[in-house]
Amino acid sequence: MPSHAPATTPTCRPAILVLEDGRTFHGESYGAEGETFGEAVFNTGMTGYQETLTDPSYHRQVVVMTAPHIGNTGINDEDPESRRIWVSGYVVRDPARVPSNWRSQRSLDEELRAQGVVGICGIDTRALTRHLRERGAMRCAISSVETDPAALLAKVQDAEQMAGAELASQVSVDEAYVVPALGEKRFTVAALDLGIKAMTPHRMAERGIEVHVLPATASIDDVLAVSPDGLFFSNGPGDPAATTGQVELLRSALERGLPYFGICFGNQLFGRALGFGTYKLTYGHRGINQPVMDRTTKKVEVTAHNHGFAVDAPLDRATETPYGSAAVSHVCLNDDVVEGLELRDAAGRLTAFSVQYHPEAAAGPHDAAYLFDRFVSLLEGEI
Amino acid sequence: MPKRTDISTVMVIGSGPIVIGQACEFDYSGTQACRVLRDEGYRVVLVNSNPATIMTDPEFADATYVEPITPEFVEKVIAQERPDALLATLGGQTALNAAMNLHAAGILEKYGVELIGASVEAIEKGENREQFKRIVEALPPEWGAEVARSVICNGEELAPGSTKEQKVAHGLQACLDGAETLGYPVVVRPSFTMGGAGSGLAYDEADLRRIAGQGLTASPTTEVLLEESILGWKEYELEVMRDRCDNVVIVCSIENVDPLGVHTGDSITVAPAMTLTDREYQRLRNISLGVIREVGVDTGGCNIQFAVNPVDGRIVVIEMNPRVSRSSALASKATGFPIAKIAAKVAVGYTLDEVRNDITRETPASFEPTLDYVVVKVPRFAFEKFPGADPVLTTHMKSVGEAMAIGRNFTEALQKALRSLENKSAVFDWEKDFVDLDKAALLAEIASPHDGRLKKVMDAIRAGATPTEIFDATGIDPWFVDQLALINEIAVEVTAADELTPALLRKAKRHGFSDVQIGKIRGMSADVVRGVRHALGIRPVYKTVDTCAAEFAARTPYHYSSYDEETEVEPRERPAVIILGSGPNRIGQGIEFDYSCVHASLALSANKDGGAIAGGAQVGGYETVMVNCNPETVSTDYDTSDRLYFEPLTLEDVLEVVAAEQAAGPVAGVICQLGGQTPLGLAQGLARAGVPIVGTSPDAIDLAEERGAFGRVLAEAGLVAPKHGTATSFVEAERIAAEIGYPVLVRPSYVLGGRGMEIVYDEAALEAYLDKYVAAGLISHEAPVLVDRFLDDAVEIDVDALFDGEELFLGGVMEHIEEAGIHSGDSSCALPPITLGEREIARIREATEAIARGVGVRGLLNIQFALGSDILYVLEANPRASRTVPFVSKATATPLAKAAARVMLGESIKDLRDAGLLPADRDGGELPPDQPIAVKEAVMPFNRFRTADGSQVDTVLGPEMKSTGEVMGFDRDFGTAFSKSQAAAFGPLPTSGRVFVSMANRDKRSMIFPVKVLADMGFEILATQGTAEVLRRNGVPCQVVRKHFEGPGPDGEKTTVDLIRDGEIQLIVNTPYGAGKSNARLDGYEIRTAAVMANVVCITTVQGLGAAVQGIEAARRGEIGVRSLQDWARRA
Repeated sequence: MPSHAPATTPTCRPAILVLEDGRTFHGESYGAEGETFGEAVFNTGMTGYQETLTDPSYHRQVVVMTAPHIGNTGINDEDPESRRIWVSGYVVRDPARVPSNWRSQRSLDEELRAQGVVGICGIDTRALTRHLRERGAMRCAISSVETDPAALLAKVQDAEQMAGAELASQVSVDEAYVVPALGEKRFTVAALDLGIKAMTPHRMAERGIEVHVLPATASIDDVLAVSPDGLFFSNGPGDPAATTGQVELLRSALERGLPYFGICFGNQLFGRALGFGTYKLTYGHRGINQPVMDRTTKKVEVTAHNHGFAVDAPLDRATETPYGSAAVSHVCLNDDVVEGLELRDAAGRLTAFSVQYHPEAAAGPHDAAYLFDRFVSLLEGEI
Repeated sequence: MPKRTDISTVMVIGSGPIVIGQACEFDYSGTQACRVLRDEGYRVVLVNSNPATIMTDPEFADATYVEPITPEFVEKVIAQERPDALLATLGGQTALNAAMNLHAAGILEKYGVELIGASVEAIEKGENREQFKRIVEALPPEWGAEVARSVICNGEELAPGSTKEQKVAHGLQACLDGAETLGYPVVVRPSFTMGGAGSGLAYDEADLRRIAGQGLTASPTTEVLLEESILGWKEYELEVMRDRCDNVVIVCSIENVDPLGVHTGDSITVAPAMTLTDREYQRLRNISLGVIREVGVDTGGCNIQFAVNPVDGRIVVIEMNPRVSRSSALASKATGFPIAKIAAKVAVGYTLDEVRNDITRETPASFEPTLDYVVVKVPRFAFEKFPGADPVLTTHMKSVGEAMAIGRNFTEALQKALRSLENKSAVFDWEKDFVDLDKAALLAEIASPHDGRLKKVMDAIRAGATPTEIFDATGIDPWFVDQLALINEIAVEVTAADELTPALLRKAKRHGFSDVQIGKIRGMSADVVRGVRHALGIRPVYKTVDTCAAEFAARTPYHYSSYDEETEVEPRERPAVIILGSGPNRIGQGIEFDYSCVHASLALSANKDGGAIAGGAQVGGYETVMVNCNPETVSTDYDTSDRLYFEPLTLEDVLEVVAAEQAAGPVAGVICQLGGQTPLGLAQGLARAGVPIVGTSPDAIDLAEERGAFGRVLAEAGLVAPKHGTATSFVEAERIAAEIGYPVLVRPSYVLGGRGMEIVYDEAALEAYLDKYVAAGLISHEAPVLVDRFLDDAVEIDVDALFDGEELFLGGVMEHIEEAGIHSGDSSCALPPITLGEREIARIREATEAIARGVGVRGLLNIQFALGSDILYVLEANPRASRTVPFVSKATATPLAKAAARVMLGESIKDLRDAGLLPADRDGGELPPDQPIAVKEAVMPFNRFRTADGSQVDTVLGPEMKSTGEVMGFDRDFGTAFSKSQAAAFGPLPTSGRVFVSMANRDKRSMIFPVKVLADMGFEILATQGTAEVLRRNGVPCQVVRKHFEGPGPDGEKTTVDLIRDGEIQLIVNTPYGAGKSNARLDGYEIRTAAVMANVVCITTVQGLGAAVQGIEAARRGEIGVRSLQDWARRA
């Protein structure tokens, strides 16, 4: 029997959303009441709101869902990608009044309230998305306590910018922990938690990898202390240019020839370690329908994305680095943004690689799951 | 990987006539395919027997064969055109079956034709249940894909010599054990029995003992298959596309509101899926990818259907279609991702990343569309056309059309979709006081799915049913139930409010309430609500379908309305022409009207043919704006018009589109004349609201509909109509009928497709008729009943003409093959007319011109005449595009609808002759002597309908239209053309074998000669007693067979019906006789029913018999050739 929780009465308390350029949307309060600030970004996924909300990469961002109906399947305890909701604000057009799913344990509205996440509903989310597309991601506020847009705008303009923000340490664990291999253990990997999603160590564990998840502040000694067969850098929030410690750590690992795999933030840091720059995209890639081409196989995979920054590397040639020859392995077919990097030694063997998108999916298609197999091959030294 | 260069000629097979389950969506997909292939430089050869399609317009292929889609005819086309490849995945099951038959007959191999899109192996794997089951079971277990679980229960394992009873008892025990494992209810399917005897659904042990007992007894192998029942599970469908480099994308997910048990085509469906988490959705996605890879569809699209258990999420894969389907058309319109077009591109070798997304122009097609709106599709049924047909919905599709609507939320999309059906009873209303509602009765009623169930669900909610009660009764997901509850809560709020505040009005509009609905609740007219709404500035905005939820800018103005903040309609400089489409397909209004709308758009658009307008009034052309809500059509392709509004065709919705377009730039006018009765019915309301209507004025339209005024037009022209009168009561009708004499033809005014039209033979029948239709609301004081004298033995003639105010262009004169009294849409006809001479045509021309002038036509006009005893009667005149416009256009190679559109915008027929759009020196009444004959034949949906007790509905034709589609036979002489039309509609006419003849007395005299010809050709003649006597006396040898009601003879002699069922008769000639429920009448019913079941050609008129004899003679003479329209056009 599907869940038949009684319809929650939507709060009719008005709320406003004000963007840093002054554009204002009037709607109703959703989730917790109060006031919140963050960078307004839009996500185009039609499924997976629970995974999105709990993805640490959304720390300090106000997420606008382009899909109008959100909350239909409620909340369960199996699908979260981390221990809490990270978005700083949530924008939805038509929240569900009743959740309906055999796995649902409570409603999204309840969950948002319980975790103190301020949201707004009933606004023209498409108009807001078009605005962000044309003007770029920008700071914003949602408030159900401040009713004067001008007053709220002033506060928005004082809020912190995303560019230059170091946020990984804010979302990372304080203490290391181990995700044991499922079945026979074959390898040990040190994974730096820069905002890691639960599905990532799970995908490795499925392949016989024991994952030692380390805090973002871990040193090369901490990494070597677990005697890893490889190193992994996770996804995470913030500006890759504002993070230096991890880049140094990665360089020392590359010098030692430790096989490396990075996802998302881990791709940006890999790029920086190889000497490439990173830059902020106008409005980023956030969705689960992005076409990415693997430039080696020429195959297209439909992939999950969540990134506001990207690596600036040449598409037409390899670049020589102190660690070997670096090249762009994957590219987004929508806009030619760099979506993956690979490093080869003088013999042409793969030594390290990373992707800008999310092969662990959650939410999103599983097309890129082969990259975890590629990591295993790298650990086996078979590439 | 670029396109293939090793092939140069590609053959495309269309889907033939429109039938239930296979409608104009395949014209849409086929048209796209042809367009793509030609753009890519391939030579395209097309075969499709349906003349009402856009794809058979000669400009869409290099060689267009309007020929029967049978292996014989298609082989002839192949032999003549020698294509390198055959693309058969875009013409529905018809094309796929044709391709498989060609393969099986070795024809593809013989001519070296490669099947592209899907290989023979892939089609077999996808369609074969056993192979498909193995594929599903071999998928990775973590995806959880299953097929329905089953147990084989056999009673033959007992020691040899056991009795059947012992075996049955043994098998029954196996069944009881099996049911314990599977859980009740279980489906019982006996092995090797005919027609499903002994199968059924068992809810408990008692049921199972009864059903399985019968099944085991009936089974020669004492075996039944027990299968778990998945009725009531959630149903989903995914549209998948794959290229030859194994790139796969999901184009769209669709969720059915009606749970499993109702055919998807009959279900209310929603895109995207609404009640799946990402984990669950990704499992369906993985399975879809796994299946398409295993089946091996490597250059095209397919769809895969799933059932999901609402209790624990178990997934059963139901089936896959290795081709473009009806759902693909829906998914294309729902997402903006043109599946057929892209399927055609990947079929010729492109990879998805090489194909551009037309809408964004910058991103590739190798992505998955994401929606920031909700799409709802609702089916349109025609049960009113088939009295006695069981309206309960099952896995056998019964709907004849569908409407789709787009909204920013589910409630908005649903309510828009329901009002798009143009069926007042489909729309939610709150008129009835809820205290009158009986909850228990309603819950019982909604337990079985039927047309209009959702409205009953709403009533049950009003009556206080809880969401749990609704779910338990219907299996409709609680989220959807809550959406309905939300709609009801708003209605209650609107009812209870002291005044309609701006906030409340806005809220109601945001959830899809129409002005009409709000007005009814508040006791005011829709006009008043609109006035209030406009005064408050509560207007819809128009959003864009862009495939990407606004992530990228859209270049195609494909819009839908929503009560939201920001509109996306761009300003425009060129004047716009707004064309109103015809809404959901129904019997009497289908693809033929869409054809005319599409042609008008092409003819007027500055970006299409209209850019070539030179001598016209409007140098430079127009921007065309299409408004329609039918996802199956070419008109709702975003490529067809300069702008597309996917909107309901109601006065409110159209007025808002007009206002939005007027705000964007100049609007030259609205075309209401081409989409059939739907837009015509809006003309007066639009005109009253100050909207410019181009072409024939709304007043002139009314004049033609209004009997009195039209009578004066006829009188002035010296023309006669059959004696007639107009009545609003039985007393009046009775007086008129007595005056003009029975039989009379009675019908309500303002209907299309002869809805409610009947021939009435006496007073009692007249009274019964009026009772029925007054109760149905079709006859009222505002809509009186028309009573006409019925013309026996007259030849009926249909005319399509064009009038510019000065000159008449006679498009075509069609002579019906059946006698008068059969709806023109159901009768077969010939063009040029086969028995009319120059003098008759001159009279018809004169009469047509007089009527066109008298009514004030500017554009198209359709008139039905009857010629009897040398008197030309005017039966009906319609100042609009008719159902026959595409047929006439194709038969005479004249683009009538294009010309009409330009006449409506002010050009003269002379201008169009000068511009080369119309022939310079003649019209369709003066066809050259070597003009080939075109025969149109109608196709009926009778085999789709059963009565509640499982018997077939009657197949007799009458004045109410029942056909769903048509075919054209085209050849040098009438016999050959007729023969082709029959082959295309029903299968080839027999050239030898047995003919069964049973005629009404009045027909006996006229049948002697044609039956004698059949006998001379070697046919064995069987006849009923009376008919046989007449034949024998006239020297035709024949054998008497028993009538059905007489039962089998003492020595087991079979009755007629048995002979038909057993396939021992190849042709049936049976004209209906006797009124009421006489034995003869019932016999006729059984005969025609058996004919439909056994797929035997059944001729029901003397005229039809004459034509068939000519057709058979032509077929026996040997080679019936094939010839393309382009080649015919070059003959001169």
